[in-house]
Amino acid sequence: MAEVDQKALFEFLLRMGDNTLVLGHRVSEWCGHSPILEEDIALANTALDLIGQTQLWLGLAGEVEGKGRSADDLAFLRDVWDFRNVLLTELPNGDFGRTLLRQFLFDAWASIMLGRLQKSSDPRIAAIAEKASKEVAYHVERSADTVVGLGDGTQESHDRMQAALEYLWPYVGEMFQSDDVDAAMVAAGIAPDPAGLRAEYDALIGAVLDEATLTLPKGDFAHKGGRTGYMHTEHLGHMLCHMQWLQRAYPGCDW
Amino acid sequence: MYAQMIKTARSGVKSREEMSEQEREFQDKVDNNIKIEPQDWMPDDYRATLIRQMGQHAHSEVVGQLPEGNWITRAPTLERKAILLAKVQDEAGHGLYLYSAAETLGETRDELVNLLHEGKMKYSSIFNYPTLNWADIGAVGWLVDGAAIVNQVALQRTSYGPYSRAMIRICKEESFHARQGYDAIRVLAQGSPEQKKMAQDALNRLWFPALMMFGPSDSESVHSEQSMAWKIKVKSNDELRQQFVDQTIPQIEYLGLDLPDPNIKWNEERGHYDFSEPNWPEFFDVIKGNGPCNVDRMEKRVAAWEDGTWVRDGLLAHARKKAAQKIAAE
Ligand SMILES: [Fe+2]
Ligand SMILES: [Fe+2]
Ligand SMILES: [Fe+2]
Repeated sequence: MAEVDQKALFEFLLRMGDNTLVLGHRVSEWCGHSPILEEDIALANTALDLIGQTQLWLGLAGEVEGKGRSADDLAFLRDVWDFRNVLLTELPNGDFGRTLLRQFLFDAWASIMLGRLQKSSDPRIAAIAEKASKEVAYHVERSADTVVGLGDGTQESHDRMQAALEYLWPYVGEMFQSDDVDAAMVAAGIAPDPAGLRAEYDALIGAVLDEATLTLPKGDFAHKGGRTGYMHTEHLGHMLCHMQWLQRAYPGCDW
Repeated sequence: MYAQMIKTARSGVKSREEMSEQEREFQDKVDNNIKIEPQDWMPDDYRATLIRQMGQHAHSEVVGQLPEGNWITRAPTLERKAILLAKVQDEAGHGLYLYSAAETLGETRDELVNLLHEGKMKYSSIFNYPTLNWADIGAVGWLVDGAAIVNQVALQRTSYGPYSRAMIRICKEESFHARQGYDAIRVLAQGSPEQKKMAQDALNRLWFPALMMFGPSDSESVHSEQSMAWKIKVKSNDELRQQFVDQTIPQIEYLGLDLPDPNIKWNEERGHYDFSEPNWPEFFDVIKGNGPCNVDRMEKRVAAWEDGTWVRDGLLAHARKKAAQKIAAE
């Protein structure tokens, strides 16, 4: 394995772990409120998988950082500016359609990314990717099916899904942006260049959205600022108020 | 116990002489512990009572997601969050499993859910109490799932086959929940003074509501006799409550928490703990809809159902299109 800047590696791992942490949290907000019991079960299961992946990514991040911070320290004791998730994952749930479409747009990216990471030169990363890949293969199958079912359902469900796509589309591009951190990962054979995943992604989501009779919005404008931490949405701070409250109010405790 | 105050659809137990031949055969099976299966003949009142009981149990599993979901987004560690998510997922699965068991008696899940939303069916009184601090999540697993297990272990021997099998399967997961709940509250009881306060507060608030889960004393309960004869009910409310108290008090002592009731005392003569009765007028208020969370719980469940209408309709429409395409292609 080529020498890699540990700071860049730490940053990369935060990006992976914060994506699953923040999205897992959002999905868990559905608990007990979904349209049908089967979905309550499925959403809880998805959230559970994502939180499990978070434990692995942030656990490794803490190890790489070498300052003795655990996955919990990273999840519960950082402020908004330290989070490295893409903006897509922190957007509010909206209706069930928006939640499932956001899930699909993320799952599709994750399934491709994790496929590449299984060949990472860092065996610790390859091992996490292998485990997560199995879960995500199931997630993407499920979210794709639901997107198709709702897109090609009734007029109302179609319209709601199209509206969700218009809302979410500007947040897709950020998943494929590259910077110095990515360049360092590519050079060390640790992770692929995100930009290089775009063609495969477009083919995957294109086929599903087509079957769902949904139309891709025109324009490729992309909001950014999540994965660099430069500028999150206003929503993340409110999420952290909930997520971190106990740890902040009663510091230094075991739970 | 997730099913309380189930009104048996018949008052008074028939003597053998009063029974028809079919009824006698049925009762013989029950007496000989032969399970009743969906295709078997059964008295209408037996069917009606079971639908009420299983339906209420299923509703309880579903509504029970809400007080626990109340803390999922505030769970203090990733592991606790994962454990809670897994538990709530299990509870929804129990609901699904019990609705399916009720469907074997000819009542669909949608019909039962409608009755709940119209206020014509109930769920366990316990879920009308709030979860106010993090220790409540431990206490719910430990005390609420713990009380449910005491009841459901007995119900594994219930006469209706699908219900009995559902109980056997569900009990395994409930025991796991109870152990995890106890572990969560143990960490708090052994933690900082504030954490210990959380644990004590949760125990004090949830103790009597947990005792109420077994329903009022049998002497007050007019429905027990027939349900016992049919083995829909296997042990009396008071027996089950005593069993729960006896198993829980040593656990409270082990945690080093104060007992939630000054009258709890070992009774050498009876070989059981003495304890105070819960406040039954409060229980009846909760049952009537005046518990601290009744209105809120139902409002949330009805909203989830109504907001989800377009989703269910959309998925159904898509499934129909697919089926039609498949037929056209053949
Ligand atoms: Fe359950
Ligand atoms: Fe239960
Ligand atoms: Fe449980």
